Amino acid sequence: MKFLQRNCRQVTELVLAGEDRRLGLVERWAVRAHLKVCGACPAFNRQVALMRQALPRWRAYRESQE
Amino acid sequence: MTEFAQSLQALRPQLLRFARAQLRNEAWAEDAVSETVLAALAKPQAFAGQSQLKTWLIGILKHKLIDQIRRNSREVSVTTGEDDEDIDGQLFDSSGAWRDNPAEWGDPEAACGRREFFEVLEVCVDKLPGVQGRVFMMREWLELDSGEICKELGITATNLWVLLHRARLRLQMCLQERWFGTGAVRAVAR
Repeated sequence: MKFLQRNCRQVTELVLAGEDRRLGLVERWAVRAHLKVCGACPAFNRQVALMRQALPRWRAYRESQE
Repeated sequence: MTEFAQSLQALRPQLLRFARAQLRNEAWAEDAVSETVLAALAKPQAFAGQSQLKTWLIGILKHKLIDQIRRNSREVSVTTGEDDEDIDGQLFDSSGAWRDNPAEWGDPEAACGRREFFEVLEVCVDKLPGVQGRVFMMREWLELDSGEICKELGITATNLWVLLHRARLRLQMCLQERWFGTGAVRAVAR
């Protein structure tokens, strides 16, 4: 399963890329495999998820500003 | 001045703030806002029946901002030293491991329920370097997809992804420093 191995830097890149393009199948598997065994990246992944929820509300917030 | 023209003028400062945040260039921002006001004055009947003047104007402004970006596309995508900074090198060691593990940010609803959180987020977006800030705003505020952004700026997809990658990392670092890593979060929970 060596072809799925990625380090934290590479996984971070893929996780962020997922916000702007559709990841390929191997990329998604690699991310999933890494997140299962990594003690650090799952927290980063949750940060990205929080941003994804926050940004639409940020748009609404700024357009409602006086 | 008609009442309509007066209400347009009253909203001008707000439109200018949006234009500056997107374009990060005073002259282009002024132009985009003037064009927006002129377009609105030219066809006030288009506003009839719309619920909010501001919402309608922001809609026009967004088109004018894209016009400005198109017109100045070469300058818009000239990166600064800050844009080119290697953010990943600061976060990861040479083996690709985190230097400091990312923090838990907790329940998204806890942050998103707070007005102050969005004030901090706004500051962090404003602090992004020039080109990163422009492409991030194109993506997340103008809601353009990657293909459209590349076309307007005349840059490659790879270029764009590097810029967005760095912008998103910077935002998360900024929020860690100014919100999640501060007492602000705990103060609310109490």
